[in-house]
This record gives sequence, structure tokens and C-alpha cells, in this order.
Amino acid sequence: MSVVTDLLQQVVEGLGSGAVYASLALALVLIHRFTGIVNFAQGELAMLSTYVAWQLVASGMPFWLALPVTLAVSFAGGMLVERLVIRPVQGAPELTVVIVTVGLFIFVNALAGLVWSFTVKDFPQPFPDGGLYLAGVRLDWSTLGMIAVVAVVMGLLYLLFQHTSIGLVMRAVAGNPASARLSGIRVGRVLMLGWGLAATVGAVSGVLVAPVLFLEPNMMGGVLVYAFAAATLGGFDSPVGAVVGGLFVGVAETLTGAYVDVIGADLKVGVPLVIILAVLLVRPQGLFGRAAVERA
Amino acid sequence: MRTIVTTLGTDRVRRLRATLTVLLAAAAAGYVPFYFAPFQVFQLTMVLLYAVALSGLNLLVGFGGQISLGHGAFFAAGAYTAAVMLDRHDTGHLATLPVAAAGCFLLGLGFGVPALRLRGLYLALVTLSFAVFLPPLLKRLEPLTGGSMGLTVEKLQPPAWSGLAEDQWTYFVVLVVTTVALLLARNLLRSRVGRALLALRDNESAAEVMGVRLSLHKTLAFAWSAMFAGVAGCLYTWVIGFVSPDSFSFVLSVTLLAGLVVGGLASLYGPLLGAAFVMYVPSVSQDLDEAAPGVVFGLLIIAVMYVAPTGLAGLPGRVRGLVARRLPRPAAAPDRTPETGSPPDARPEPQAGDGPFATPGPADPAVVDAEPVGAPPRTEKE
Repeated sequence: MSVVTDLLQQVVEGLGSGAVYASLALALVLIHRFTGIVNFAQGELAMLSTYVAWQLVASGMPFWLALPVTLAVSFAGGMLVERLVIRPVQGAPELTVVIVTVGLFIFVNALAGLVWSFTVKDFPQPFPDGGLYLAGVRLDWSTLGMIAVVAVVMGLLYLLFQHTSIGLVMRAVAGNPASARLSGIRVGRVLMLGWGLAATVGAVSGVLVAPVLFLEPNMMGGVLVYAFAAATLGGFDSPVGAVVGGLFVGVAETLTGAYVDVIGADLKVGVPLVIILAVLLVRPQGLFGRAAVERA
Repeated sequence: MRTIVTTLGTDRVRRLRATLTVLLAAAAAGYVPFYFAPFQVFQLTMVLLYAVALSGLNLLVGFGGQISLGHGAFFAAGAYTAAVMLDRHDTGHLATLPVAAAGCFLLGLGFGVPALRLRGLYLALVTLSFAVFLPPLLKRLEPLTGGSMGLTVEKLQPPAWSGLAEDQWTYFVVLVVTTVALLLARNLLRSRVGRALLALRDNESAAEVMGVRLSLHKTLAFAWSAMFAGVAGCLYTWVIGFVSPDSFSFVLSVTLLAGLVVGGLASLYGPLLGAAFVMYVPSVSQDLDEAAPGVVFGLLIIAVMYVAPTGLAGLPGRVRGLVARRLPRPAAAPDRTPETGSPPDARPEPQAGDGPFATPGPADPAVVDAEPVGAPPRTEKE
């Protein structure tokens, strides 16, 4: 295998894992757009959704039926979390909100352990084995599938936000909650909707990554850090940025793991740390984000 | 006004009281290791050690208003400094303490510089990814740190003249270090540095206009706070005699923050209460299920943020305030009587202040600030 083919192979694999980071980052960005909160529990909520999917499949439901059920459950769960956990601290200082989402993180993580135990579970691979070869580069069906799913999610969100009346309402709330409320929009319900959507998108990332990482309560901890890096790189208020950032982080991670011997496979988790630090120091608003102008 | 008079009047009583409290606490702390079983003494030692780490985190989060989700990393740095010195260089325990403290101070200083540009959420992100990155790094540096097997070093041994058992001697050593550390934290907060930090937390722009040097104090807060965590880590190595990368996972950082929040942010007693919480909640609930401590922790953190943002330390004051507000004020009663004839939909005005709406909203920032710095939860004002 030539050097170039090898490089391309690594890039393709990076794009595959990048797709997972992109969808979790998308969930983070959605919530940040609507509520200005960075949800530290996003990964854990996705993990919980993945357990729901696992439970459904284990009880005999075919995967492609279990998926929509899981997504619906996640949507409802996300709305519930917003209403019960986040609404009471909406508008509170940042420190309070962060601590509440960290509390939610610990709680959800332990809850999954309580219900499903900490033993590792096998998650069914939804995509067929094998793949196709393109110019000597192997494209697994699973990699292609992951990228396709994220593209579909992205497209659906675009349609929802830009071409439906509910999307218009949601953008109004994200843009200026006070004005939206004055023009008769039930801001609270829209925020619940936003959290529901984010939980659904996050669930997609959990289901996609579970066959690779194996299902256990701490599965999403690492993924969350990569998703943070992706969202920071793309800009916390840009959905397109989240996807681009996710793919970039995925490729960067795979390439450094493969080609930089000092880093190797075990220190790859340093890559998101470096990306986050570099972006925040050089261009804090991210590639696609708008710089917030504050009046002191 | 009444409060001021009472405070002035009770100043001497208060001083006497404080002296008595200190003496009593010292007597109790000295008596404890002879009364309890070795394992319980060990647990108390761990509480003291966590209290050091929490008081450092408190400097940063409670008083500095900066969020760190990575203090477990500084704790680990202190623990590993001590372990490596004991294992490779055989320096003896006491020599490791200043090195761990100074090393973590410098590490914190290094982190404090980028932290200046990162506010709130972003600082939390960076410290979180640092905490996630550290265990694999420790595993990688195998020649120095012993890799994933960790390092086993000698615990503290009681000198022959003391006639104490190992657990008792360790307890006393940790007690001394903790007392010094907590006093240092207290004095730091009552000094120029502490006042500058509070001013910055409450209003950055106003503080800067008044001449507080923002960059200096924010960076220093990070460094001090890292130093306390490092000292706690060093004590950890002394007490446990074993370090491994998996003891310092991201969970430790989260647990520290959780303990601080439950114990009470921006309170001097909060770290002690929080440390007890961090130590005993897992050991009690672990009997139920492996996951039970997490469930309890998570729920309590959220509950504390809703109903008692001042944590356990601020609870007595809050309850008293709540009760006082619910009780009808004697002076208000005669004013209210003529209004009884008014139509039912015209709500009598005083009620708005007495009703449930008057209770401070969840996570009311003003309540956190209302607690005077360094003052114990005031119990003398009946």
C-alpha cells in the first residue's frame, strides 16, 4: 500500500469517527444557541438513549424499528430534562448552570450503571460488514453509513429551521427571547423543543458510536471531549461549524494517532485539548461563530 | 440598626466564644484517634485531606468565580510528585511537601495565564479536557510514574518516641498540615488578595476601575488553588502509600467540585463539610449498589443548587432567614387591619413581601454574596 493510499485510508477513518463527534457537537450547539448553556451532560444523555436502544433490541425488536422509538423517547426525555432540571436555573449565573449540568452528568451516569450495571455490552452494528474499494482505499459500509446519517440529520435540521413555521419560531427564540415572548411565542415550550431536538441528535451519535466503543456507562466521556473540541473549533453558535469541526477533529485525531509516534493511540485524547486551547487563544469565537460583543 | 447594636454588644462575648470553640475543637480533634477504630481514624484523615483540596478549589470557584473541572489533575500532580520523590530519590516524607506545593503552584500559574482569556464555560471546558488527558499521560510516562501499575511507596511511619500507632500518627500529621492550610486560606481571603478576588467576582469592570489588577489576581487565584490541591495530593500519597493513574480519573475532579458545592461555596466551613460528604456518602451508599454514590451525588448537587445555593454551610442562616420572613412582623399588623374592607381582588400590599414569592429564587446570586466572608454561620444572633 502506497503512502498516499495509506494517508487517504486514515482520513476516511477519521471522517467516520468525526461524524460521531459532529453529531454530538451538533447537539451541544443546538442547546447553546437556544439557551446559552453548554450542556456537560449531553454525552451522558446520549449514552442513556443508547441503552434504551440496546434494551429494545435485546428484547427482540429489529434495529431499524428500535431506532425511531429510541429517538422519540430521547426527544421526550430531552424536553423533560429542560422542564424539570434546567428551567429552574434558567438565567442564573453561569457557575450555577454548569454545576447543575455536571450534577445531571453524574446522576445520569450512575443511573445507567444502576439499571444496566457497569459491565460492557455488545451493541449490534446496524450497517452490513464489508465495504467498497475506491482507488485502493477501503470504504467500510459502517463508515459511509455514519457519514450518511450525520448528513441526513444535518439536512433535516436545515429543513426544519429554514423552511417550517416552527423553525422560524425557534430561530426567533434563539435570536431574541424577550422579543419573541412579546410577539406571543411561548418561549418555554420552544426551549423544551430545542432540548428535545438536541437530545435526539445526541442519541444518534450514541447509537452510531456504540458498536465501535461497546456500550457501557462511561462510553461517552471521551466522545464528549472531542465534541467540545469540535464545537469550539466550529464556533458554539454555528451548526455548520459543529459538523465541520467534528470532521476536522476526527481526522486530526486519527492522523496524529497514526503518524506522530510520541502521541500514539493512547495519548490521542490530548488532541482535543490542544485544539480547544489553540482555538480559544487564537480565535475564541471559532471558525464559523460570531464574536460576541459585550457592553461592560 | 438593631443588628449593628447587637453585634457591637456581643463582640467580647463573641471573642470568648470563638476561643472556646477553637479549644473544644482542638480537644475533640486530639481525642478522636484514641477513641475510634483505626479504619475510622483513616477515614477522618481522608476527610481532612480532602478539606485541603476543597478549600483550594473554594478559593478559585467560590471566591474567584472561575469554574474548574480539572482540580483532580492538580491533586494528581501533587500525589505523583510525592510518590516519585519517595520512590526514586528516597527523600523522606517531609521534603516532598514543599516540592509538591511549589510545583503545583507553578503548574497553576501556567494554567492561570490561558485561563485569563477563558471565561466561565470555556475555562470549564479546558480544565475538563486536561483532567481527561492526564491519566493516559501518566500511563505513558512509565519510567517515571510506573505506568498503569502505579507506584507503591512507604507510608508515614510513627517515630518511636511518639508511642503512637501508624493511623494515629498519620492523623496528627495530616491534622497539622490541614490546620495550617485552612488558616492560610482564611487569612489569604481576609487580606488584600481576598478582597481583590471578591471584588473581581462580583463586578469585574467596577473592580478594575477601582484599581484591582485583574490579570494578576485571577492568575494568582489559579496558582494558589492549584497549590492547595497539590498539597492534598501529597498528603494522599503519605496516607495511602500508593498512586495509580486510575485513582485520578476525571471522576475525582467532578467529585471535588460536587463536594465543594454541597458543602458550601464561598464559605470557610464549606470545604470541611464537603470533604466529609465526599468521604462518607460513597462509603455509606456503596453498600446498596456500586452506582448508588453517583445517584446520590448527582441528585444532591442539583437539589443544593435549587434550594440552598450556599450549601450545607449556609443552610442554618437560610432557614433562619426563611422563618423570619414567614413570621408576621409585629409592626405590620396594625397597618393591615383597615385594609380588610377592600375588595378581595385588591391584594393587601404587605402580603407581597411575606408570601412565597419573597423567598429568594433558586440560585439567587445575591444570597451567595450575602454571606460575609470568613464569618462563621452566625448562630449567636437569636
